[in-house]
Amino acid sequence: MTMFILTIIAVVIGVIYFNFKVKSNESVDERLFNHVPSKKTAYIGDSAEETMRRERVMKIFKYVMCYAFLGILAIFMLIPFYWMISTSLKTEAEIERAIPTFYPHELALSNYPKAIARLNAGRLFFNTVWVGVWSTLGTLITTVLAAFAFSRIQFKGRELVFNIFLTTMMIPGEMMTISNYITVVGYLKGANTYWALIVPFVISVYYIYLLRQNFKQIPNELYYAAKVDGTSDFKYLLKVMVPIAMPTLITITILKMMGSWNSYMWPMMVTQDPNKYLITYGLRQAFKSDNVDGRTIQGLQMAGSAIVTAPLLVVFIFLRKYIMRGVSRSGIKG
Amino acid sequence: MVEGNKTRNFWRGMLYLSPAIILLLVFTFYPVIQTFVISFNYGYNYALTRFGFFAPYNPEGWGFANYAKIFSEGNPFVQCLLNTIIIVFVSVPISIMLSLLIAVALNSIKPLQKFLQTIFFLPYVTNTIAIGMVFSVMFESEQGLMNTFLNLMGQSSVNWLGGNPDASILFDSQFFTSLIVLTTYIVWNSLPFKVIILLSSLQSVDRQYYQAAQIDGTTKFRTFTKITVPLLSPQIFYLLITSFIGAFKEYTSVVAIFGDRAESVGSHNNMGTVVWYIYEYLKGNRSGAATTGYAAAGAVVLFFIILFFTGINKIIEKKKVHF
Repeated sequence: MTMFILTIIAVVIGVIYFNFKVKSNESVDERLFNHVPSKKTAYIGDSAEETMRRERVMKIFKYVMCYAFLGILAIFMLIPFYWMISTSLKTEAEIERAIPTFYPHELALSNYPKAIARLNAGRLFFNTVWVGVWSTLGTLITTVLAAFAFSRIQFKGRELVFNIFLTTMMIPGEMMTISNYITVVGYLKGANTYWALIVPFVISVYYIYLLRQNFKQIPNELYYAAKVDGTSDFKYLLKVMVPIAMPTLITITILKMMGSWNSYMWPMMVTQDPNKYLITYGLRQAFKSDNVDGRTIQGLQMAGSAIVTAPLLVVFIFLRKYIMRGVSRSGIKG
Repeated sequence: MVEGNKTRNFWRGMLYLSPAIILLLVFTFYPVIQTFVISFNYGYNYALTRFGFFAPYNPEGWGFANYAKIFSEGNPFVQCLLNTIIIVFVSVPISIMLSLLIAVALNSIKPLQKFLQTIFFLPYVTNTIAIGMVFSVMFESEQGLMNTFLNLMGQSSVNWLGGNPDASILFDSQFFTSLIVLTTYIVWNSLPFKVIILLSSLQSVDRQYYQAAQIDGTTKFRTFTKITVPLLSPQIFYLLITSFIGAFKEYTSVVAIFGDRAESVGSHNNMGTVVWYIYEYLKGNRSGAATTGYAAAGAVVLFFIILFFTGINKIIEKKKVHF
């Protein structure tokens, strides 16, 4: 533990030192010339060198404050991940010790196979990917078609229809879930079926909006050129617009797959059969009654959480660019 | 743009839009209307539905009975609404201020910036249920990380989540410890999005403002309150509204942390939220009575709360915030 803290401090000091080292590559004259003194650090009678030294101290102080603040919060952000992994690697006996340990003294990998078995992970993984792939495909089709109509085809009432679409984004989903549950489970008898998990989610107004913005940036000249060549609308859409908008489509695919990985409420409502659970709901169900029999199985529970979290982190590490792109444009998750 | 015959274009547009329109009609427009209708029908029982659109409304149940019921004594809805409002007004200001500080600090450093940015983004890509379970383990009363820390610092352990369902005081200490855990989790979970939004707009702020302030010898704090915050006010306002809306719909975090314990309905320690109430009552209560109407009424109340905030957003958006 102490070693860990010392390492962090060493890294911070090193970084700050490095930062100033780079800056001091400028010659002194250059620095004097570029320098703007502020009231706080400039005093009458001081030489320029002295002022600069004082200001540099202030600056280092500022950097230390910044890094300390960010460092502490970064640790706060990482603690849950750390605790999850460290608890999942502890033996049951170690977890139940009166004085808890900060790291596993004895590695116990056995929690993972047990958690996989309890979670029925293979089955749930398949369900989630299956539902995710189909709802992503469906969403891509409806989104591309609608975005094309909204950006290229000129017809009466287009803006009105688009505005009505946008208005639906303001309605809380719970308004729809109640009746959708009645429609899907009551009328259409869709309980415990894959289509019930897929069909209500093959439409997303936000993605239509996102893709429409993207399509609008494509110059019309391309379209006229295609017309002259005798290309049909649909072919133009597939051969020209879709490839140009590929980055947005990839973003949609990733966010949609993550959405199906994280979906909880709808699977909770339409599935009672454990073989049809999606992974997040399955996780909750598998470890629900832990506290009832009085036995602590935190290790298993944390291993289960780690199994569900890991794929998301892997996706994030490799596809960060696309995820961030989707996020910085709006606040819709999944 | 497609030129040519107007009617032909209309039908062509409709052809391309038809999948989206059909799906929206079935899964968005119709449900919204139906939920409104159900909320005015007391005793609606979805279990009696057959295929067809003649839903089993209770012919004697029309009126405001559902609303009267959910706001009456003994129904947990009022408690859930109160919980939600407290969660909103505690977690939103904390997370906005924290994320503003983080964004400013991140913006003023060079080395490690990308690395720290990635760390602050991590909670965004995690699973709410999985990490919620981690939080409930961290705040566990005996082996939890939090109590271990408290013990190390010489404090006694706190029973953060353990229920004391017999408590008869409205907001007892158990409520507050539970609230602390829940708020910590919500803030942890909602920081990444805010940090990213604020940081990206900070990076596009014109450096000249800061250089001018530096020449005038303005203090750091004044620069922050007089330049940074006003320049970011559109983004801050946007975040404020979206997080108000998001926090009013808080649900998965409650389920993840409290699990079965949140289900002690009726006790004052119930940490349920409005959405939690809706899902809990949708299929009928534990004694098997038809309570779909309650859930619908709760959803309509939530709808109007959110409509209020989007309304404010629309009004202010037109005026462009820039104090």
